[in-house]
Amino acid sequence: MLSASLSMLPAAIINGLMYGAIYALVALGLTLIYGVLHIINFAHGAMLMLALYAAFFLFKLVQIDPYISIFIVTPIAFMFGYVIYRYGIGVLSKGKDQNILLITLGLSIIIENSALFFFSGDQQTVSLSYGFEAFDLGFMYLSYPKVISFFAALVICALLWALMSLTDLGRAIRAVAKERQGARLVGINVEHIFAVTFGIGIACLGAAGCMMLPIFYVDPYTGNIFVLVAFTIVVLGGMGSVLGALLGGFIIGITESVGGLLLGESLGQIGISLIFILILIFKPTGLFGSKV
Amino acid sequence: MLRVEGVTKRFGGLTAVSSVDLEVAGGEIVSLIGPNGAGKTTLFAMVAGFLTLNEGEIFLNDMPIAGKKPHQICKLGMVRTFQITQPFAGLTTLQNIMVGAYSHTDGPLKAQQKAEEVAEIVGMTSLLASGADSLTVAGRKRLELARALATNPKLLLLDEVMAGLNPTEIDEIVSVIKGIRDTGVTIFLIEHVMKAVMNLSDRSYVLNDGKLIATGTPAEIAENPLVIEAYLGHGAAGEMVDAS
Amino acid sequence: MMALNRQVILLLLSAIILAFVPAFITSKFYIDVLTLIFFTAYIGQSWNILGGYAGQFSFGGVMFFGTGAYASSILLTSFGIPPIFGIIVAIFAGALLGFIVGYMSFRSGLKGSYFALITLAFAELLRVLANSVEFTGGGVGLFLTFAPGLSNLQFKTPIGFYYFAFLLMVISILIALWLERSRFGAQLVAIRENEEAAEALGINTLKCKIYAIMIMGAMGGAAGTFYAQKYLYLDPPIAYSIHLSVEMLLVTIVGGMGTVFGPLIGAFVLHIVNEIARHLIDTPGLSLIVYGVILIVIISYLPNGLIGMFKKKMNKSKPTALKNFFSGDKDA
Repeated sequence: MLSASLSMLPAAIINGLMYGAIYALVALGLTLIYGVLHIINFAHGAMLMLALYAAFFLFKLVQIDPYISIFIVTPIAFMFGYVIYRYGIGVLSKGKDQNILLITLGLSIIIENSALFFFSGDQQTVSLSYGFEAFDLGFMYLSYPKVISFFAALVICALLWALMSLTDLGRAIRAVAKERQGARLVGINVEHIFAVTFGIGIACLGAAGCMMLPIFYVDPYTGNIFVLVAFTIVVLGGMGSVLGALLGGFIIGITESVGGLLLGESLGQIGISLIFILILIFKPTGLFGSKV
Repeated sequence: MLRVEGVTKRFGGLTAVSSVDLEVAGGEIVSLIGPNGAGKTTLFAMVAGFLTLNEGEIFLNDMPIAGKKPHQICKLGMVRTFQITQPFAGLTTLQNIMVGAYSHTDGPLKAQQKAEEVAEIVGMTSLLASGADSLTVAGRKRLELARALATNPKLLLLDEVMAGLNPTEIDEIVSVIKGIRDTGVTIFLIEHVMKAVMNLSDRSYVLNDGKLIATGTPAEIAENPLVIEAYLGHGAAGEMVDAS
Repeated sequence: MMALNRQVILLLLSAIILAFVPAFITSKFYIDVLTLIFFTAYIGQSWNILGGYAGQFSFGGVMFFGTGAYASSILLTSFGIPPIFGIIVAIFAGALLGFIVGYMSFRSGLKGSYFALITLAFAELLRVLANSVEFTGGGVGLFLTFAPGLSNLQFKTPIGFYYFAFLLMVISILIALWLERSRFGAQLVAIRENEEAAEALGINTLKCKIYAIMIMGAMGGAAGTFYAQKYLYLDPPIAYSIHLSVEMLLVTIVGGMGTVFGPLIGAFVLHIVNEIARHLIDTPGLSLIVYGVILIVIISYLPNGLIGMFKKKMNKSKPTALKNFFSGDKDA
């Protein structure tokens, strides 16, 4: 029994890597938002769910392939994030960080139940014309959508890295993250940067949602699943660390996949909450982070 | 009562406190002075259990206390106040002081009684019902003092309790502190207000750049060239001699 | 001797009124609604002990409820132990879980949002475990037989559960009243207001926080048994999903954190909102959308909840409007 499982281990690892890239993208948004704004966005999962629904409806109603939707949903997600911060969270977030967490909790409740109200609780999936075609790797089949999603996620992570390191905007964001007052003094519009950063974080979700849809499903509660996953990755990699989010994404993806293989579908889910708890208790700064 | 031996504290590459030895005997008022950034509050924090020591030992009545937690040290009879006041903002003055009283009383009635007594000593009786966040700076400093006093300490560590007070308020608090000493409480204080230091302390220690550079009575300290230089800069002692 | 003050009078008055309600209201529907309100107020109060008084917000409060529910239910279904004893085990199970979670979390120095999130993770961990293990019935859950009788803590009519929930609610209010007059309560509040200062004044903050979460756990455990005996079915989502965790914090925040009657008032308000929403449009989700909005509005503009707002209006001289602790006479 165990040997049969072990023989499937390489497949599980590859599978985990595939999902891991997308998880990393989700976590990147979260860690960016935390690193710059010091906000723990509890609504992150709920917003991912909205992105999934957006991609779903674009496919169902207008027949747009989810991977093409990336170009539509990502900018919309950015604007959504920008507005939500500029006129919502930013306005209300003057208090303790516990309060901001509660506000984003409230936001996630609103989003999740709005989805329930408007879209009903049914699970939705999409089937693409090339959805069942796969690469034959010998020891496993790797479906086209998985591979496309994997590379799309990596590309976006790379673009994000380029944005942060090479552009003026990225420099401004890093300046604000490091030293708010100083950034203000050199003329950077800090409120605008905050909103832009939040927007970028949500844009990551927009892209990730489109990539997730072909290989997953969506219902109003999908967000809940991803909240803990995203937080675990961020805490594992270190709050505010981009490299950490990437590595963390892969580690969690593989953990989930291998866990499911070795422990069964039900118990396999335990890895995530266990890792979260262990990291917070023993190494709260994570692999690469510097502050708690 | 308090004995500090060879205490050192490093933060990364920076040595904030370097091999400090000092003593405070029962019934004394001893002051710890020195320029800003000399390491005084860091030393206090270590003595009171808020920071770990890199080297050295601390003895309270000959009992080693390094590594004990602040609440344990409080129970042993040594309490500190904070340089930047830390009131329980959402509570009234009375409730604030009662928290201190509760460290050695059980019932709310006794705690309230003790708190009212302490408020009387410190001169806060009229402010008992006010919210702690509505107090002035002077009020908050007094509250810091009152709270600590309510724990029935044997040794009180006061961290710049006069910072931000005007001369009248300083005089008031000096007499309050003297009164507290008269009830048998030993006092070890960090202070910048020189007039108060001279007035109050039996002895002083001078800290500069983490090192102890002088000790003695206030009069001796005031004449000590090392001390003058620490405050006024290199060569200042010589200049003062030339000028006089 | 502490004079009988406002709070105690209020408690006695409302207790008397509510105790006689079933004599005047016979509709099963309204009795049920009130029962649910009392239940929510009770479990909200458990969150209030740790969150409102001690200032440690948890997002995983449901784990005590679920563990208590499983404890008494498994004892019943597998060992035939009647819930009247099972509830005691549930209370201990909740307290023990509280100790474990509290010790691990607080000893590591977790506070604020990190503490909130780790409690969420613990609840999720338990959900996965409950789903995967046989003796909890796994994903299928546990079915309890309908067998009314006091030893089973089951009642033939809704009125029985009404009084059961009422009793729990009264006990929870007594606990809060005790906190407001005791040394322990003062220490919790000190920790909430300024943990470092509390530590400096001799309060063993770790011990106090752990005691607080154990009380929360014990109360949650009893709530679990109540639920199991009323609804006769239990599965991992019911026992451990985030919904109840949110509800218990919501009613307390809306009513007023750190107050005796906050959770009860919050429970009333939110259930009324729920009923109105269901009458307007009967699609699921609407009332929860409103809950989310209420949470944001209260946190942003009325952080002391409805009680806080009420006190502010009555008590102009105290702008922060927090409850006066040890004697009612200083109140306006």
